[in-house]
Amino acid sequence: METKSKSMSEKDYSEENSSLWKDAWTRLSNNKLALLGLVTLVFFCIIAFLAPWIAPYGYEEQNLILGASPPSYQHLLGTDIFGRDMLTRIIYGGRVSLLVGFIATSVALVIGVSWGAVAGYAGGKLDAFMMRLVDILYALPFMIFIILLMVVFGKNLLLLFFAIGAVEWLTMARIVRGQVMTLKKQEFIEAAHSMGLPKQIIIVRHIVPNAIGPIIVYATLTVPNVMLLEAFLSFLGLGIQPPESSWGLLINYGVETMEEYPWLLIFPGLALTITLFALNFLGDGLRDALDPKTSKD
Amino acid sequence: MIRFAAVRLLQAIPVLFGVITITFILIHSAPGGPFSADKAVPPEVLIALEEKYDLNLPLWQQYFGYLEDFISGDFGPSFKYPGRNVSELIASAFPTTAELALYSMIVAIGIGLFAGVVAAMRPNSVQDYAPMSLAMIGICMPSFLLGPLLVLIFGIYLEWLPISGWNSLPGDKILPAITLGTGYAAYIARLTRGGMLDILSQDYIRTARAKGLSEIVIVCKHGLRGGLIPVVAFLGPAFAGMLGGSFVVETIFNIPGLGRFYVQAAFNRDYTMILGTTIFFAALIVSFNLISDILAMWMNPKLRQKDLGDEK
Amino acid sequence: MSSTPLLEVNKLSVFFHTRAGVTKAVDGVSFSLNQDETLAIVGESGSGKSMICHAIMGLLESPPANIESGSIYLNGEEILKCSKKRMRQLRGDSIAMIFQDPMTSLNPVLSIGEQLIEPLIYHSNPIKRLSRDKAQLRAIEILQEVGIQNPRERLNDFPHQFSGGMRQRVMIAMALIGEPKLLICDEPTTALDVTVQAQILELIKNLQKKLKIGVIFVSHDLGVVAGVSDHVLVLKNGHSVELDTTEKVFYETKDPYTQGLLAAIPSGPKKTSETELDERPLVEVSNLNVFFKNKSQAKEKIIRAVDGISLEINRGEIMGVVGESGSGKSTLGRSILRLLPIQSGEIIFSGVNLTALPPKELQEFRKKMQMIFQDPYASLNPRMTVYETLAEPLIFHRVTNKKNITSRVTSLMNEVGLPKNSMHKYPHEFSGGQRQRIAVGRAIGIKPEFIIADEPVSALDVTIQSQILDLIVGLVERYSITMLFISHDLSVVRSVTDRVAVMKSGKILEKEKTELLWRKPKNQYTQNLLRSIPIPDPRKERARLLSRTEQD
Repeated sequence: METKSKSMSEKDYSEENSSLWKDAWTRLSNNKLALLGLVTLVFFCIIAFLAPWIAPYGYEEQNLILGASPPSYQHLLGTDIFGRDMLTRIIYGGRVSLLVGFIATSVALVIGVSWGAVAGYAGGKLDAFMMRLVDILYALPFMIFIILLMVVFGKNLLLLFFAIGAVEWLTMARIVRGQVMTLKKQEFIEAAHSMGLPKQIIIVRHIVPNAIGPIIVYATLTVPNVMLLEAFLSFLGLGIQPPESSWGLLINYGVETMEEYPWLLIFPGLALTITLFALNFLGDGLRDALDPKTSKD
Repeated sequence: MIRFAAVRLLQAIPVLFGVITITFILIHSAPGGPFSADKAVPPEVLIALEEKYDLNLPLWQQYFGYLEDFISGDFGPSFKYPGRNVSELIASAFPTTAELALYSMIVAIGIGLFAGVVAAMRPNSVQDYAPMSLAMIGICMPSFLLGPLLVLIFGIYLEWLPISGWNSLPGDKILPAITLGTGYAAYIARLTRGGMLDILSQDYIRTARAKGLSEIVIVCKHGLRGGLIPVVAFLGPAFAGMLGGSFVVETIFNIPGLGRFYVQAAFNRDYTMILGTTIFFAALIVSFNLISDILAMWMNPKLRQKDLGDEK
Repeated sequence: MSSTPLLEVNKLSVFFHTRAGVTKAVDGVSFSLNQDETLAIVGESGSGKSMICHAIMGLLESPPANIESGSIYLNGEEILKCSKKRMRQLRGDSIAMIFQDPMTSLNPVLSIGEQLIEPLIYHSNPIKRLSRDKAQLRAIEILQEVGIQNPRERLNDFPHQFSGGMRQRVMIAMALIGEPKLLICDEPTTALDVTVQAQILELIKNLQKKLKIGVIFVSHDLGVVAGVSDHVLVLKNGHSVELDTTEKVFYETKDPYTQGLLAAIPSGPKKTSETELDERPLVEVSNLNVFFKNKSQAKEKIIRAVDGISLEINRGEIMGVVGESGSGKSTLGRSILRLLPIQSGEIIFSGVNLTALPPKELQEFRKKMQMIFQDPYASLNPRMTVYETLAEPLIFHRVTNKKNITSRVTSLMNEVGLPKNSMHKYPHEFSGGQRQRIAVGRAIGIKPEFIIADEPVSALDVTIQSQILDLIVGLVERYSITMLFISHDLSVVRSVTDRVAVMKSGKILEKEKTELLWRKPKNQYTQNLLRSIPIPDPRKERARLLSRTEQD
C-alpha cells in the first residue's frame, strides 16, 4: 500500500490540513440520502421551533360547522372532526415529538456516556460490577414497566423523558464502554501513558476525541427509537394527553376515524415516518462517514 | 458453555426478584386502588373487600405474603375477575399471544433472512438497494401505523382480508402477523446483510473462492454459518419486543391476548393481575434471551468448546 | 517436459479505478514458468505482486481492479478469456493458492476436515466429484503428507485448535488436495516465527519436488526466496525490474533497485566501531515476574509472560531482546517502563527503585524513559496533528517554554527527516515510514536517557526499514541514549545491538555480546533459532537447507 498512500499524500498536499472530521464531512456530503435526511430534519426542527408564528391557525381553533374536511386550499392537510386545521396540529404535534426525541436522547446520552466511560476506563472489578448491573437491567421488561409507569402515575411529560431515557442509556453505556476499552488498548494511549501524561489529559485529549464518532452515530440512531417509543405510548393512550398533542396521539385519533376520514391517519403518519426516515438515513450516513473501517482508504 | 448457561440462570433469579419488587413498589405507590374507581362501593364493603385481599395489612406484610405465595407457585386471585385466579387468566389468554408471536416470528425470520441474503450477495447494486430500502420503510413504519394502513387497504378498500378478530374468520391471522412481524423482518434483514457482508469480506472467503467453490456454496455455507450469529443473538430481544408490540396489535385487531389483558389490568389497578403478568412476561423474556444467546454461542466453535479448554 | 511452459503471462496490466484516479497496480509484466520450477516474485508492498497472483487465480476484485491488457496461458489455455465456470473448474484442480495469514484464511466456524474436502465434494465436474467418505480418506492422506499428527482425529477440529504453523500446513493440504499443476504461495511464511518458517519452506520445497508442480512464490523477503526459487522476478510499483535465474539476480544484478533491495537486508554485525562500554548499569531488573490470568479459558490459567527475569542494561549500550511470538519480550519491555502491573521483582533506574515509586513521582520519571512502538498506524493519535503530537510531551514536561515550542518542534521534525510543511498534517496523511519518524521524534524530543524500541521496524518494507534503523541508531548514539531493542528479527538485532538476550516462554535463555552469541551460541534453542534464519545468498541458503534436512 506504500504507493497508494504516497500518491494519496501527494494529492493531499494541495488541501490544507484535512482533519479526520473534514474527511468525514466530505464523505457525508457525498451521501445524498444522508444529506437529504439532514436537510429534512433541520427543516422540521425550524418549523417546530417557529410553530406559533408559522402555523396557519390557532392550535385550539375549532370550526365545528366545518367538521372533518379533506385537504383544501384553506386547510392544506384538511381538518379533523372538530374542524381543527390538521397542518397546525401536525406542526404542534411535531414540536412535542421532536422535543421528546431530543431530550430523552440527551438523558440517555448523559447517563450512558458517563456510565460506560467510567466502567471502560476503570476496568477490573468496578467495570465488572457496573456492567453486570447493566446486564441485569437489560433483562427487565422495560416496555412493561413504562406502560405501568405511565398508567400508574398519569401522563406526565417529564416522567416520559425520564422513563424513555432510562431505557435507552443501557445500550449507550455498552457502546461507550466498548469504545473506551478498545481505545485503551491502542498503542497511542499506551504511548501517552509512557510519556507520563496524567489521566485527565489522556482522557480529554486522547480518548474523548476518538470515541466521539460512534457516540454521535448512536445518538442519531437513538432519536428515532425514542420518538417511536413516545408515539407508541401516545397511541396506547399512555403518553401525551390532550389538549397537548404529538404525532402518536394524532395517529391514534386517525385510526378511530380512518374509514371515513383517512387523511387524519395518513398525514400524521407521513410526518412521523418521514422524520424517522431522515434520522435513520442521517445515522447510517454518519456511521459510514465516521467508521474507521471505511476511512482507511 | 454449560457454565455460562448456569451463571445466566442464576442471574435470572435476582432479575425476577427485582421485577417483583419494582412492580410492587410502583403499583402500590400509585394513587388509587383496585376498588376506588367503583364509586358505587359503600365504605363498609370496601373495607370488607380490602380485608379479603389482605390490602389492610402493612405494605411489607403484603409484599412478603405475595412472595411466599409466589414461591409456592400461586399468583393469587384476580381483583377484577372475582372467583378466578391470575394463573388461570394468564393460561387462558397467553396461547393467543404466543400464537401471534410465533406467526410474526415466522414472517420476520422468513422475509428478513431472504432479503438480507439477497442484498448481501451483490452489495451496492439494485439487488441490494431494493430490499434495503424496503427494510428502511419497515423500520420507520411503526406497527400502530402499519396495522391501520393494512386494514384500510386490504380490509376496507380491497375487502380481501378480515379486519379484526382471531380464530373467527379464515385469514384473520394474516394481517396481525404481518403487522407485528414487519418491523422485525426489517431489522433481521439489516443484521443479516451486515453480518454476511462482514463475513464475505474475510480472508477465508477468498480461500473458499481459491478452492473453486461456487458462489452458492460460498454464500450459503461459509457466509451464513458466521453471518447468522448476530441474527440469532437478536432473536431473544426481538421476541421480547414482540411481546411488547403485541399490546398494540391486539388492540388494533381486537385480539383477546395477554397484552390487552395487561393494559386493562394496569388501568384497573388489578394488583395481583399486574404482578402476575409482569413476572410472567419477564420470565419469558429472560428465558428467550438466554436461549438465543446460547444458540449464538453454540454456533461459534471457539465458544462452544470453551468449557473443554482443549487448545492443542 | 513438454515444450509449452505450464504458465505464461504476457504483458499483463491491472489498473485500479478509484475516485482518486487510476493506479497502475501491474503494468506490462511478463514471465513464464515450467512444470517443475519455482518462480519467486519479489517486491515491496504496493509493487503489485499479489495482484498478479489474484489475476492468475481470477480472484481480482473488480471493480476497482480491472485487467487492462495482456494474456495468461495455463497449459496453452488462455484463462483471461475463459468463462467464469471454466475458471472455477481451473481453480478446483489446476491452480491452487495459499495465503499469508493462516489465522484469517481458514473459516473459524467450519472444521478443517469439512474445509479440506470441499473442493472434492463440490467439484464442478460431476465425474470428478467424490463422496464424503472417499473425500475424507483423501483428506487424511494429504494431512499425513503435510505432517499433521493423528490426521484422522484432527479432521473434526476447528482452526483455533491449531498453532500458526500447523494451520499453514492445513492450508497447504487444502491447496494440494485437488492435485493442482500450479501452486501460488502468497507470502506463505510472513506471519510465522522464524523456526516455523524454516519448516514450512522445507515442506513446500519437498512437496514441489515430489509432486512435480510449478510454484509461484511471492515474498518481500529475499532471504526466503534465495533458497526455494529457480528464477526471480523483481517488481517495483507494478513494473518488472528484473527477471532472471536466482543466481544471476543475487550475484550479478546490474539493476540499481535490486541492488538496493539486496543492500537493505540487514546482515552482518553493527557497523559502528565498538564504543567503550560504560559498565555502570542504567537499568537493573532483578527477578521480575509478570503474570496474566487467561480468562478466555474456563479453567483459569496463569500465563507467566515474564518469569523471574534479571537483566542489567549498561549506560550507552544498545541491548537487544530476541524471541519468537509469545516469548514475553514485549511484556518485558512494557513492564520495565512500568506500563504494566508486575507481580514481583525490582526495576532500578539509575539508582531509583521504580517499583517503589508512587504514581505521581513515576510520572516525572517518565521524562527520562521513552518507548517507540511497533505499529506506526496504531501508536499515533489519529486526531492529533504532527505538531500536537510532538509538542504535547515537550509542553507537559516543560522541556521548552511556550514561546520556543514551534521552533523546537521544527528542529525536531528536521532531525527525524520530516518535511517542514507537514507540521499541521494528520497521521493518516503519511506513509508508514514517515509515521514511524513522527513516533521517533516524539520519543527523542524530551531527551530521554533510556528508550525501549519494541519491534520498531517490523511493520515496514525492507528499504524503509533500513532507513528507520539508521535514524534510530544515529539519534541514540548522538544523544548517548541507552536503548533496549526488542525484535523477532535476528538479523535486525544483530545489525544494531551491542549485547543481546534470547527469550523463550518468559525466561532469558542466554545473554551475551551480540557477535559472540552469533559465533558461539551455547543454548540449543538459540542454535536452532540462528540456524533457521534464511540467508540472502542462494548457494549458502541451499546448503543450509540441505544441512537442516540431513540433521532432522
